Amino acid sequence: MELIAFYIFAAIVTVSALSVIIARNPVHSVLWLILTFFTAAGLLVLIGAEFLAMLLVVVYVGAVAVLFLFVVMMLDVDFVEMKQGSLRYWPFAGLVGIAFIAEIALASFARETDGTIDFEAAPGAATNAEAIGQVMYTQYFLLFQLAGLILLVAMIGAIVLTLRERAGIKRQNIAQQTARRRKDATEAVPVEPGKGI
Amino acid sequence: MSSLIENNGVLIGWLLVMGQIGLFALVVLLSIAFLLLLDRKVWASVMMRKGPNVVGPFGLLQSFADFGKFLLKEIIIPAGANKTVFLLAPVMTVALAFAGWAVIPVAPGWVISDLNVGILYLFAVSSLGVYGIIMGGWASNSKYPFLGSLRSAAQMVSYEVSIGLIIINVILVSGSMNLTAIVDHQGSGFWTWHILSFNNILLFPVMVVAFVMFFVSALAETNRPPFDLPEAESELVAGYQVEYSSTPYLLFMLGEYFNIVLMCAMMAILFFGGWHGVVPFGSDFVNQFPVWMVNLGHLAWFMAKTLFFFFLFALIKAVVPRYRYDQLMRLGWKIFLPTALAAVVITGGYVVYVGVQG
Repeated sequence: MELIAFYIFAAIVTVSALSVIIARNPVHSVLWLILTFFTAAGLLVLIGAEFLAMLLVVVYVGAVAVLFLFVVMMLDVDFVEMKQGSLRYWPFAGLVGIAFIAEIALASFARETDGTIDFEAAPGAATNAEAIGQVMYTQYFLLFQLAGLILLVAMIGAIVLTLRERAGIKRQNIAQQTARRRKDATEAVPVEPGKGI
Repeated sequence: MSSLIENNGVLIGWLLVMGQIGLFALVVLLSIAFLLLLDRKVWASVMMRKGPNVVGPFGLLQSFADFGKFLLKEIIIPAGANKTVFLLAPVMTVALAFAGWAVIPVAPGWVISDLNVGILYLFAVSSLGVYGIIMGGWASNSKYPFLGSLRSAAQMVSYEVSIGLIIINVILVSGSMNLTAIVDHQGSGFWTWHILSFNNILLFPVMVVAFVMFFVSALAETNRPPFDLPEAESELVAGYQVEYSSTPYLLFMLGEYFNIVLMCAMMAILFFGGWHGVVPFGSDFVNQFPVWMVNLGHLAWFMAKTLFFFFLFALIKAVVPRYRYDQLMRLGWKIFLPTALAAVVITGGYVVYVGVQG
């Protein structure tokens, strides 16, 4: 049963990953990419890493890919025109591809395994969320904090780059608005008939 | 569920599982049909109208009449629309909304899949709901739907952040990501429900604030008024669903209501004790009855709580005016996000230094 599910998921991942680069329409590419992420999450569930699978869906499919799609949909680029000159990049792309395959092959040959994957990094943990927590917050605590700091710096950088203070713009101050009372704004004037103010 | 397969053999076990899922889906679908009517009735009552009252007694069959109407109409696909994506979008919306129900425990042991990471699964599935809307808006090849879908994407991504942080609060207090465990953590009477948490009295203010934020974020996440900007009819006609008609529109609407009821069920489970009653009966009393009877009682509690939140959703639709878009973003990012973050820090500190009781 698990094997059948694996082959189904693996086939979908391969086909959709291929479609990401083959699809002519960039929006379709992103949609295929989403399918790839989602099916990869299914593969993670199959090996028992359900926590990682859910994180993959929440972070990559739920947030990152949404922004991808957002940007691609807003772009108004003539992709047919862009594709025409792409042939001369093939040697470089091929080189990157070969390097990538070689790295994967190296990693899989270097790792001695009998085909099964074990999650015994944190023995005694009931679920793999606990296992990840135990490793991440003890053994790799410093690296974890460092990664968080890098993300914080990146976030602040993005805000600083896009923040513009333009002079002469009227901004809404909600606290000021709600603090306004009736007597600040209105005045009752007894008006005599026929005279006006 | 896996026990069914182990006890009855592969074939019969699978059939039983399928039957279970089918029954559950049927019950949820039927409930949605009547909840739709309730929504319209509440809305009408606030406006001192009668609401739908022609089809069936008190208009009870109105949803079924609408269903038939939607099915029989012609599907119109606009010229220049991306046909595949256009039709995929509503199907995806309804499928994802349905998928969330797989982990909702409605009574002790009555759950289709008792995932260890159930709450994360719910969060993941509800965060995928935005795709149906974006795809629908883009594939329509029309300006209003596109604008509506862009608004919606920004809105849903923003409020997801605070929903996620509030969920972390609940996970910290109950010490588990399994929905059944979260419900059981609130099992000893209404004072142990997470919204009150009188057994951890210091957390009481935090949880109340967290619940209010969750409720408002749920309104925004499901595009309900006062946050229904993606489909603001005065500005965008009907947002992302302008070009949809007939069955695809029905699917969109169905998906929306699935999500709303799912959010109501989530509120009941995370903060209001799920299937547990207000006061626990002793186990001696409960054990007199057969298990299915007890479970039906639990189911009634769960449904009553969900119904209560749905009623609130319907009421709010009628009484609150629509937010402006920049105010919506301000509320999400400048108020909810810092407050939810502070709540996580306080709850985390409490869990580590004081310790959760019960």
